Amino acid sequence: MNIAVVLRQVPDLIEPPEVDPSGTKFDLGAATFILNESDDHALEQALLMKEAGGGTITVLAFDFGDVDNTLYTAAAKGADRIVKLLWQEADPPTPHVAAAMLAEAIRPLRPELVLVGVNAHNELDGVLPPFLAQALAFPYVGVIRGVQNGPDPGAVSVRKEFPGAVMAQLQVQLPAVLGILGAEQPPRYVPVSRIRAATKTAQFEETEPSAAVDELPVAVRRLYPPAASGHAEMLTGSADEIAARIMTLLADKGILK
Amino acid sequence: MISFDGDAGMRLLEELGKANAGQSPAGCMQCGMCAASCPLGSAMEYTPRQLILHTGAGDLDAVLASPTLWMCVACYTCSHRCPRGIELTDLLWPALRDRAMQADHQPPAELQETLQNLFKYGNTLGKSPRQRLDWTKGLDVPVLDLTKDRRPVEVLWLVGCYPSYYPRNQSVARTFARILTRMGVSWGVLGTKEKAVGECDRMFGEEGLFEKLVEENRALLDQQEFDTIVTLDPHAYQALCRYYPRFGAWYPVQHYTTFLANRAAQLQPLIVQPVETTVTYHDNCCLGRRAGQYDQPRALLQLIPGITLTEMARSREDALCCGGGGGGMWLDAHIVAHGGQRLSDERVRQAAATGANTLAVSCPYELARFEDAAKVVGLEGQLRVRDILELLADAMNLQP
Repeated sequence: MNIAVVLRQVPDLIEPPEVDPSGTKFDLGAATFILNESDDHALEQALLMKEAGGGTITVLAFDFGDVDNTLYTAAAKGADRIVKLLWQEADPPTPHVAAAMLAEAIRPLRPELVLVGVNAHNELDGVLPPFLAQALAFPYVGVIRGVQNGPDPGAVSVRKEFPGAVMAQLQVQLPAVLGILGAEQPPRYVPVSRIRAATKTAQFEETEPSAAVDELPVAVRRLYPPAASGHAEMLTGSADEIAARIMTLLADKGILK
Repeated sequence: MISFDGDAGMRLLEELGKANAGQSPAGCMQCGMCAASCPLGSAMEYTPRQLILHTGAGDLDAVLASPTLWMCVACYTCSHRCPRGIELTDLLWPALRDRAMQADHQPPAELQETLQNLFKYGNTLGKSPRQRLDWTKGLDVPVLDLTKDRRPVEVLWLVGCYPSYYPRNQSVARTFARILTRMGVSWGVLGTKEKAVGECDRMFGEEGLFEKLVEENRALLDQQEFDTIVTLDPHAYQALCRYYPRFGAWYPVQHYTTFLANRAAQLQPLIVQPVETTVTYHDNCCLGRRAGQYDQPRALLQLIPGITLTEMARSREDALCCGGGGGGMWLDAHIVAHGGQRLSDERVRQAAATGANTLAVSCPYELARFEDAAKVVGLEGQLRVRDILELLADAMNLQP
């Protein structure tokens, strides 16, 4: 199967995010970037499918943040082709912009399946996968927790999660875009020696997207850190005293009658 | 999963023999000393002896797939007692772990996270590099960041990951800063640029990650002018004096116990009050069995009036490991899941059996491990775990 996987860079929340002086966006100047977690799962899912049924994996990413490291790691894990979309802006592309540009880069690859993380924590104007599916004119299924080849030719079987952890097994006709929440196993660890080897052998195909994109449909008027409106109460005393206090609190809140 | 041919195991043992200052594992005479000595041997699918036997006999695939591979906590007992002088801990275990990962076997999940933390952030705890100097908050002595103000110093102090980030160890780091300053030693640190020395990932078998850290640390250290590097972490000491030279990186380095013991005459006049307590000292494996430095920590304790030093039945070269080395800090769940025990739990029982009320340590891992263990086995409040530096600071009447 010919699978395309989208990998996005997101700010690493190991550093507390800061609002920039304009008050309308995060200050990314001091941020470090890492691979979006659910995109890491999308790549793992693609690797599992390739191991199970063969095929090729093409990874696509915008040239932003620490993308080279991410792409060399993907190559070390088993990605066959790497496409880097040139990007000169200080901020990463919004989902609408990214969808249009990724679709332009993905179309010539003629993939049967496009896997992308179901969301990213820095998305503001919606999430990328359905926009990408729309731009490609592919069907979309999101919040996926596992994909398997077949059982019918030209289809995959997916496990979709609904609210309340209700799971459904669906058959999806290809080509399609799937928004991956989690792969069938955690993203694999790849030894650093292989990543270092990939830095010497992996070839990036660079492309400059030219797709016309509408203006951002969402405007930020003000961005500010959440303000504390209350504080936690630390319960102290003996176990019996604490238990009695909890009972009182639950009763006061109407949870316990 | 990559599969190895039948001769691959014997070739590996022979390669290790060529690279080894000790004897080739291929020369193992299967005496079983290692198996009987290993504190986790009874829980292993393959004891150290059997690892060599099966690796050489064409069973490399089975060995690499075994949970045994991730049960060594680098106590060096097998290496120390091997009558053939085979370097099992330093060479055989890391080499097999490396082969396992190259063959797509996944290390235990906790360990993967630690390795990724080292790769991404240069520390084992997954903390921001920008927070590396957080341990200095509230410190009442100046800290020279040599990466911002480069100048010759007597001591380039590699603070280490746990002392930089882990709250219990941060107070020990502040204590060492006060002791060095009180002694009049000129010292500096690498500030937010410091990265893990990388001993633990080498022992995990992550040679590529270790090489990366060596390169990054060399780039920093080679810019500095110092008489000696001092570490709080005996694993970092071990890596700098034994493994860095293999990459052409030679640095004078001392563990803090040796550095201070060598300056006992300078230290002694600064000791102004007794510390009334009965102390037993835990020989950590890197400083003890690996480096033979049993006397320096005890010499420091004996400088302190009021301390009664008592020895555990298993001390010096026979000391039981805390279970934290060789990646053991991140392998407890794996070891227990496969029938092993947390060695730190047994070790605090041994310490309490001496009648001591203080367990003195000289490794950052041990504070966390032994304080947890004391709680687990019901010794909290009865056995206090303290770094030697904390006892010295008490005797010097330095702010805790």
